[in-house]
Amino acid sequence: MSPPAGTFFIDGVAFWAPTLPGWPLARSVFRGEAEPLAVAAKRPAPELLAAAERRRAPDTVALALEVAAAAVREAGRSADTLPSIFTSSHGDLGVNDYMCSTLATQPTAISPTKFHNSVHNAAAGYWTMATHCREASTALSAFDASFAAGLLEAAVQCRADARAVLLVAFDIESVGALRSVAASQGLLACALVLAPNPSEHTIAAFAWSLAPGPAEAPACRSPAARTLTGNAMADALPLLERIAVDDTASAGVDPFALRLSRNLAMVLNPVSFAAATAEAGR
Amino acid sequence: MPPPIAPLRISAYTATTAAGTGKGALLDALRTGRSALTPNDFGPSPLPTWIGRVAGLEAMPLPQALAAWECRNHRLAWLGLAGDGFIDAVLAARERHGAARVALVLGTSTSSIGATEDAYRALDAAGEFPADNRNPLVHTPHSLANFVHHALHLAGPCVTVSTACSSSAKVFATAERLLRLGLVDAAVVGGVDTLCGSVLFGFNALQLVSPEPCRPFDARRSGISIGEAAGFALLERAGGADAAPQLLGYGESSDAHHMSTPHPEGLGAERALDDALARAGIDARRVDHVNLHGTASAKNDEVEAALLARRFPARTHAVSTKGVTGHTLGAAGIVEAVACLLAIETGWLPAMVNSRTLDAACGPQIRLDGEQGEVRIAVSNSFGFGGNNCVLVFGDGAVEGPT
Repeated sequence: MSPPAGTFFIDGVAFWAPTLPGWPLARSVFRGEAEPLAVAAKRPAPELLAAAERRRAPDTVALALEVAAAAVREAGRSADTLPSIFTSSHGDLGVNDYMCSTLATQPTAISPTKFHNSVHNAAAGYWTMATHCREASTALSAFDASFAAGLLEAAVQCRADARAVLLVAFDIESVGALRSVAASQGLLACALVLAPNPSEHTIAAFAWSLAPGPAEAPACRSPAARTLTGNAMADALPLLERIAVDDTASAGVDPFALRLSRNLAMVLNPVSFAAATAEAGR
Repeated sequence: MPPPIAPLRISAYTATTAAGTGKGALLDALRTGRSALTPNDFGPSPLPTWIGRVAGLEAMPLPQALAAWECRNHRLAWLGLAGDGFIDAVLAARERHGAARVALVLGTSTSSIGATEDAYRALDAAGEFPADNRNPLVHTPHSLANFVHHALHLAGPCVTVSTACSSSAKVFATAERLLRLGLVDAAVVGGVDTLCGSVLFGFNALQLVSPEPCRPFDARRSGISIGEAAGFALLERAGGADAAPQLLGYGESSDAHHMSTPHPEGLGAERALDDALARAGIDARRVDHVNLHGTASAKNDEVEAALLARRFPARTHAVSTKGVTGHTLGAAGIVEAVACLLAIETGWLPAMVNSRTLDAACGPQIRLDGEQGEVRIAVSNSFGFGGNNCVLVFGDGAVEGPT
């Protein structure tokens, strides 16, 4: 049986949190087969950046490039062929804190580099530069539904243009006076490569639709994921848990809804991809 | 190359800029060649530059029911939504299609960061935001779209696109895909950006701010003039040719070159242009008018002039309208889309206000003077930091299909 029209196939997953630095460990932990790191890892140091850039990069850029590169590698694709969708609830809170503090005290002392790093699409810009990618790239935000909004845009692009796309989602720890208004703890990032057709790299597949009506965010299942829910990108966690648990299953998993807003959900129906993948691999 | 798309009907549109409220005020400034730029008087310690400031926002609080969303950006959004009866057009579309079938896709570069800057100047004894400026929904990039979603009682997909100065051009692309897939029946697109310290002092730090009113493509241009604006458009599927103008195509690309400097050969911009023309199913020879990105920065205008010279026929009338409105950053895409739609509707090809002597890099396409003509097809260029490019193609609603 062929998958329903508009199904997206997930060909690569990447994940990064200080106690779960990488998808292999995160997957095992979400499956209840391993424990998170006892000592939190320092922020990632993406190999895509030259050593000096790696040190200077804002946290959001380091985090985003780390997971983006890992997901593209897992998907067995070349980064410069993929349109990209970057999504973040708050963007770089550290750079914003610097900008607002400096403006309050000595506005003419603003660093030009910090200013251009303050744009919401800074991570997207560094990614396209580092990978020499001239494909379309966007940077989104939808407050506490930023992952869902990014996934919707990625799924829409994948279906509308019948092309594989890269989704990168990240938020960082709130800092300084911004803590009064932006609640976000720790670092959290994930990336997915969505493809319109199955391949030998496919690890999950979802048919999807929009469902109007009151929408609630699904809860995390594992204790490890629940410890990460203080981060503003936490709405990504339930889907990643599903992928971790279901990636060997063939079908029969319950549909699953991500909250896009208080009155709209994106419903994901897991689709059996084993047959289609075997077909693609032949 | 992407395949052609079905054109989208632009059922309503509006822009509020320093030139005034509504598209009539913008058209008047474009027709008379009036610059709305004024000496910078924004904030506690204004830099010596010129700005495109929307008059009177300080005395226009939000309605009581929306008071929790108070900030300059939302005031401008609210003023902009009222322009040209745009709210009524949206409410009618909501009625026609249902609230869940109307998407909201808004672009902004800085959203309500101005309110965050204000809070940092008024922190309380504990170093926290003051009690009267502490709504978490305001101090975040999504505040603009969230506010409009709430204020217009919409229930469809709602997202903020924030790719610096291409933000409110890219909203047309995101909305077109939602409409193409049948996920919604209408989309409200647009963008709002307001003056704030971040952009005035930030562009100043990059030495991109002009001490005089900006002069796009002038041999003696000396940088940008920052402006603020709100603009919106209502998109629906076209049911055939009618009087309404149309979105014919869009192209998006990345420079992969530098965070704040365009690719020297304009490769990213040209790729966005190619994709936009391919989706519109037209050749560059058919383009009557181009609203250029034309910021009046040395580098942008040099690269963009070369792109125009190598890709468009001599008869194409190309100008930047930033001498009228200033560079409205995240709102530039929608403001200049509106300028294109006005050119299509009226046939008025604007002058390049403030500019006196064209740079030697300009070909015959780039004009100083305005003229009355006929505009069937107009193109708008928007290029942002991070090397983020978007090109839009608009038509008069009676443009025949692919050539």
